[in-house]
Amino acid sequence: MADIGAERQTMAQAVTARLWNGRWLLAAGFVAVLAVYGFAGMSAYVVLAALALLLAAALLPSGSARHSAEDAAAIEASGLQRLSGEYLAAAVADPLIIFDRTATIVHANAAAFAAFGGIAPGMTLSLKFRAPEMQALLDGVLSGTVASDVVDYTEKLPVERAYRVSASSVGHATDLYVLVFKDQSEARRIDRMRADFIANASHELRTPLASISGFIETLRGPARGDPAARDQFLQIMQNQTGRMARLIDDLLSLSRLEMKPYLKPGTEVDLRQTIDSVIDSLGPLTRETGVVIERDFVEGPLDVPGDRDELFQVFENLLENACKYGQSGGRVTVSIARTETGPEAGIDVTIRDYGPGIPEEHIPRITERFYRVDVENSRTQKGTGLGLSIVKHILTRHNARLSIKSEVGKGAAFSVHLPAR
Amino acid sequence: MQSVHIVSAYDEELKYLSKRIAAMGGHAERMVEQAITALVNADPGLAQKVIRDDVVLDEGQREIDDKAIVIIAKRQPMATDLREIVGAIRISADIERVGDLGKNVAKRVVAVTDGRQPTSLFRGLEALADLALTQLKEVLDVYASRSVENIGFVRDRDDQIDAMYTSLFRELLTYMMEDPRNITPCTHLLFCAKNIERIGDHATNIAETIYYIVTGDQMAAERPKGDKTDKIVLPSAVPAK
Ligand SMILES: Nc1ncnc2c1ncn2[C@@H]1O[C@H](COP(=O)(O)OP(=O)(O)O)[C@@H](O)[C@H]1O
Ligand SMILES: [Mg+2]
Repeated sequence: MADIGAERQTMAQAVTARLWNGRWLLAAGFVAVLAVYGFAGMSAYVVLAALALLLAAALLPSGSARHSAEDAAAIEASGLQRLSGEYLAAAVADPLIIFDRTATIVHANAAAFAAFGGIAPGMTLSLKFRAPEMQALLDGVLSGTVASDVVDYTEKLPVERAYRVSASSVGHATDLYVLVFKDQSEARRIDRMRADFIANASHELRTPLASISGFIETLRGPARGDPAARDQFLQIMQNQTGRMARLIDDLLSLSRLEMKPYLKPGTEVDLRQTIDSVIDSLGPLTRETGVVIERDFVEGPLDVPGDRDELFQVFENLLENACKYGQSGGRVTVSIARTETGPEAGIDVTIRDYGPGIPEEHIPRITERFYRVDVENSRTQKGTGLGLSIVKHILTRHNARLSIKSEVGKGAAFSVHLPAR
Repeated sequence: MQSVHIVSAYDEELKYLSKRIAAMGGHAERMVEQAITALVNADPGLAQKVIRDDVVLDEGQREIDDKAIVIIAKRQPMATDLREIVGAIRISADIERVGDLGKNVAKRVVAVTDGRQPTSLFRGLEALADLALTQLKEVLDVYASRSVENIGFVRDRDDQIDAMYTSLFRELLTYMMEDPRNITPCTHLLFCAKNIERIGDHATNIAETIYYIVTGDQMAAERPKGDKTDKIVLPSAVPAK
């Protein structure tokens, strides 16, 4: 509403301005029309029409077009000079850091803050970017041996990222320098994924494949013409193809996550609604395993920044594991608690089962890819060994924390801490 | 935008120390990273490079010691500055040790990769190294930002590194018992795991020194390890906004 009001007001101002600009012309026109009227005795209608035309002409912007174009050019020139470096930096989508002769950060744009934790104006740049090639880059530019330079820089942890970094001095004698990071991670990751896929997935896929081809052989040979055996073998083969399909699905989710290691900012997720729908979606599994899911949610809003589909996947994996591996306990509890203030402010979701638990020595390892406490058990439960590594990946992107507690014979508890901001 | 603060020669000297520390840290991080890569990919060439690179850290430590002593003698620093300088000496010693441990891993590459070990063993070792390197990286990041308020992560991750090491240790033992031919390579792997675990310890030492530099106090002592729980502290991918 306010916008429209403001718009109207500026339109009115523009009209008045045009009338004012054209005032001499207009006045002359009026005088002329009236003079003609007086001399020739034209009809009042014609005179009125002529006056209206004049007024319209004055209102048309063409009268002052030349003038305002010049104004605009002048404004642009002075504006570009006055344009703050901060605005320019903010308009750059790549991480950009401006620093001075002592390698102290003068300014960093939002992309830089998002990409590199813990940088702040006043900090010494070379303390943060310690990799030898970055040190050499900074030394080179600051010592003046080169005006600008480019290096390839990779960060391995916490997620692998590759950048092409360029450093150069800004303007003449400003004593300022700029560092721009071009993200090349995607290309790198595709390479690495290919290697990973060959190392891990091919091995995992070979087992079901070998079993399928074994059964095909049997069906063609010894079991030919044995309908009972055929049905049984076909069932096994179907299970095996199902397993391969699940494996491929999981590998694809994992690689999708690796392709875009940052979360798109600004979206909020309602955890209550998300977890409710996870529980609903697990209806068939709970009926099959006979596990009852109990809820213990705090009152009030349970919103956290994050991606809904990804968090859905996290709780789906954790609840699925609890129902499958903790089946003997007969129940699973999901509790949500909230911490309002302090460095730990956020929401904790705990999924607890009352099954056999996880032996202590395995706990540090179970988020590794394909790590299973009991390979056979995981297979019969339609596991792929990738569920928890997907969980870990997603939580890393959410700046969240996973704690696992377990006592053998009493069950396991997986807690997810999602920071509020 | 540019603040006009007068940078005295003394400030410059202190700043130089911290820059050298950071450069040494970056160098050590890279050495450990490459030592693990050399181990996992059975790459003796890369291992040789790591072994050669170690002199840079020895050199760095010597230089920091010399510079620090000169500053102390010349400037007679008080409280904060003195902590900064003594801290630099301590941190550079820890970093130099990290480099030695990385070099030691690199030296075992040939022995370990003689007989091909199952990939799962390397996966565990890589996971352990990731933890230790994350610890080192985040600690050195704190050295840059001086934000010691949430340095508590160090203790959690240290516990996690210990737990992971214990788990790997058991895995390697069972492997050795299964087949005596595994004993030699697995012993080397055990030492590698131990070295990585100690890299984590040095990172923790550095964290304690930084805490002391910034606050003048000792970091809170280790939490009682009463409950038998394990915590998976994920590295923070996206910094807090
Ligand atoms: N709630 C639980 N209780 C006992 N063991 C569990 C539980 N959750 C996970 N695990 C163990 O961790 C392993 C890894 O889990 P996950 O990554 O989800 O793979 P998957 O379920 O596909 O096997 C499982 O194979 C199982 O041995
Ligand atoms: Mg699972």
